Amino acid sequence: MPDFSNWSCPLPLRDYPAIVMGHGGGGKLSQELIEHLFLPAFHNEALANLGDGSVVARPAGRIAMSTDSFVVRPLFFPGGSIGDLAVNGTVNDLAMTGARPLYLSAGFILEEGFPLADLASIVDRMAAAARVAGVEIITGDTKVVERGHGDGCYINTSGVGVVPDGVNIGPSRARAGDAILVSGTIADHGMAIMSVREGLEFESTIMSDCAALNGLAQVVLDAGGDSVHAMRDPTRGGLGATLHEIAQASNIGITLDEVRLPVRAEVQAACDLLGLDPLFVANEGKMAVFVEASAAERVLAAMRAHPLGKDATLIGHAVDQHRHMLVARTAVGAHRVVAAQIGEQLPRIC
Amino acid sequence: MKYLTEFRDGELAAKLAYEIKQVVTRPWTIMEVCGGQTHTIIRNGIDQLLPEGVEMVHGPGCPVCVTPLEMIDRGLAIAAQPDVIFCSFGDMLRVPGTDRDLFRVKSEGGDVRIVYSPLDAVQLAIKNPSKQVVFFGVGFETTAPANAMAVYMARMRGIRNFSMLASHVLVPPAMRAILESHDNRVQAFLGAGHVCSVMGYWQYPPIVEQYHVPVVVTGFEPLDIMEGLRRTLVQLEKGEAKIDNAYERIVSFDGNREAQKVLSEVFEVCDRPWRGIGVIPQSGFRINPAYREFDAEHRFQVTNIHTVESTLCRSGDVLRGALKPNECPSFGKECTPRRPLGATMVSSEGACAAYYNYGRFISIEELAHA
Repeated sequence: MPDFSNWSCPLPLRDYPAIVMGHGGGGKLSQELIEHLFLPAFHNEALANLGDGSVVARPAGRIAMSTDSFVVRPLFFPGGSIGDLAVNGTVNDLAMTGARPLYLSAGFILEEGFPLADLASIVDRMAAAARVAGVEIITGDTKVVERGHGDGCYINTSGVGVVPDGVNIGPSRARAGDAILVSGTIADHGMAIMSVREGLEFESTIMSDCAALNGLAQVVLDAGGDSVHAMRDPTRGGLGATLHEIAQASNIGITLDEVRLPVRAEVQAACDLLGLDPLFVANEGKMAVFVEASAAERVLAAMRAHPLGKDATLIGHAVDQHRHMLVARTAVGAHRVVAAQIGEQLPRIC
Repeated sequence: MKYLTEFRDGELAAKLAYEIKQVVTRPWTIMEVCGGQTHTIIRNGIDQLLPEGVEMVHGPGCPVCVTPLEMIDRGLAIAAQPDVIFCSFGDMLRVPGTDRDLFRVKSEGGDVRIVYSPLDAVQLAIKNPSKQVVFFGVGFETTAPANAMAVYMARMRGIRNFSMLASHVLVPPAMRAILESHDNRVQAFLGAGHVCSVMGYWQYPPIVEQYHVPVVVTGFEPLDIMEGLRRTLVQLEKGEAKIDNAYERIVSFDGNREAQKVLSEVFEVCDRPWRGIGVIPQSGFRINPAYREFDAEHRFQVTNIHTVESTLCRSGDVLRGALKPNECPSFGKECTPRRPLGATMVSSEGACAAYYNYGRFISIEELAHA
C-alpha cells in the first residue's frame, strides 16, 4: 500500500482532495497541479521553464526513442506501482536498444474523483524511479476524463536516449550458436499482480521485479562488446513471447533447457495452481541476452556481479534447425515445442 | 515445496523409464482419464520415454471440453442479460458456443468475471444486491464440492440473488461408457487422482472386476504419471486387473467424506450429455429440488437455444480415445487454438490444445533431432 505518512498536501491542492474536471482544463487548477505536485517531484531545469516543450542539448551518437502506456491494476502492488512501471518500462525499452536513456515525457489520463493523495504517491514513485535510473522527466501533460470513463490513472511515458557509435544490437541480429542468458527469475511481476487481484490470496507475498535495467544493460555491453547481438526485456507475454519474437526476427530456432529456467519456488507453485506457464508470465525487471557462445561466460559473470543480475543463468541456445520455433528439453529429458500464446493465459478449472 | 524437486527429477524419471522398459514385452493401450494428466504427459514428453508399442490415449477428463454446447449457449444467453454478473473459471471464457464465446459477450457489455472460487461469486452477490450473480459450475467430482458449498452457503445465508448453472460430470460412468463402446481399445486406466482425492476409490473395484481392467489411481507430476504407468504395465504384463493407488500422499480409499456429504446435500445424480460423446446415463450432478431456487436453469428460463456443432470437429472421437488429436483432418488447419472448432482445442487441458501447444504437429523424431 502507498505510504502517505510523509506526504502533506501543499496549499492550495488540499481544497480538492480528489481530481476534478478542472484539473485537466488548462486553467488555474491545472496550473496548481503542475506547480505544487509535478514540478516539486520531477524538478529539473528543462521542466522548470514550463514551455510547450523542453529544449535540451543534442548528445553525440544516434537517438533512440520509445513509448509505452501503463494501465496496470491495481495501481499499487507488492514491489512497485504504476509510477515505477511507467518510468522503468520506457527506460528498459530504451536500454534494450543499446541506448543510454536520458529524458522522459509523462502523460497522465486521470479519472474524475481520483484521490489526489494517490496521484501524489504515484508521482513520488516516478520521481524516485527516475532518480535511480538516472533519467529526467522533462515534459508532461495531464488530461481528466469523466468519472466512469477511466480506471483511476493511466500513464504514458515516452523517452529518448542515445546509442553510442559502435553499438549495434537488435532483435534481428541474433545468430545460430548464440548463448541465451536471462538476468534472473522469471514471472515474478505477473504473479505479483495476480496475487493481489480480487479473489486470489497467496500465503507468501510475491514481489514484482520492477526495476530499471539500463545499468545492467551497460554491464552486458561493456563485458560482451560486439559479441552481444540482442537484448530484450520480456514484459507482457513473458520470456516465451520475447524468444518467439527474436526467433522470428533473426530467422533462427531456439532450444531451451527447461530445468535451467530460474523460477522462484513460490512463483512456480502459484503458476501450477492456476495452470499458467511461467515462460508466458510478465516480467518488469529482467532481460534476455543473445551473446556469442565464446563470450557467454564472461558476460554471465559480469551480470552476476550486478545486483539485478545475481541470478543470471544460461538457459539455451540459438540454432539453425527448427527456425522460428522454440524447443524445450523437459524436466524428464524429453522434448517439446513451446508454442506462442494467442492471448492471455487463462487460469484453469482444476 | 518438495514436489518440485522430487516429482520432476530427471534422473529419477530416467530410472523409472528404464524400469518400465524392463517390464514391457508387448504393446499396450492405456488411457489417462484426466485432462491434467494429459497436459503433464504432453508437456513433459513422457510418451516419448515409453517403450514402442505402449500407447497413451487421452481420456474425457477435461471439464471444459465435455460441457455440452447447449449448456454453454445457455450460459452465454444468461451472461448477456442486463443486471447479471456472470462468474466463471478462466478457461471457460474462450470456449466457443454456437455463435460466440464469453469473451465476446463481455466485449459486448455483458458483466462476465473470472473468479477463482465459487465462494467468491457468493461474495459478489452479497456486495451487489441489485444484481443477479450466476456462477457457471462445471467440472468433475474435484470441483463439485466447492460449488455445492457455494449453493449451500447461499441458502444458509439467505442470499437470494445468487444462483448456479450446474453442469457437473462424473468419472466412473464415463469409464464404463468408454469400455462399452464398440471400438474401445483401452486396456487399463490411470485413475484421475484429484477426483479420487474427493471421492476415494471405492467406486472402482466393480469396474475393475466387471471389465477386467487395471485401474491405478495416479497423480499429476511427471514422476507420478510414470510410477502410475509402471504399476499399470506390471499388472497388464501379469494378466492382472486390480485397483491400485499410486497417489497415496493425497488419496485414501474413502476419500473426503465431508465433501461427499455436501455433494449429496446439494446435488443429485442425473443423465448428462457429454459434448462430442452424447448422453451417458447417471453421469452428472444437477442441483436437487430442495435447492431449486439456486438453480440458474430454473431461475432464468432461457428458450430459443439452437445449437449447431461444427461438422468437421471430431472431438468426440478424441475424448473417447478413438482418435489422436493430430490424426483429425482439421487439426492445425481449420482448427487451431485461435479458431477452435471444438472445446478440446480451447482449454489447456484439452487433448487437442495440448497437442497443438506442445508442437505435436511435427514428429517426435524431428523434435528429438532438434
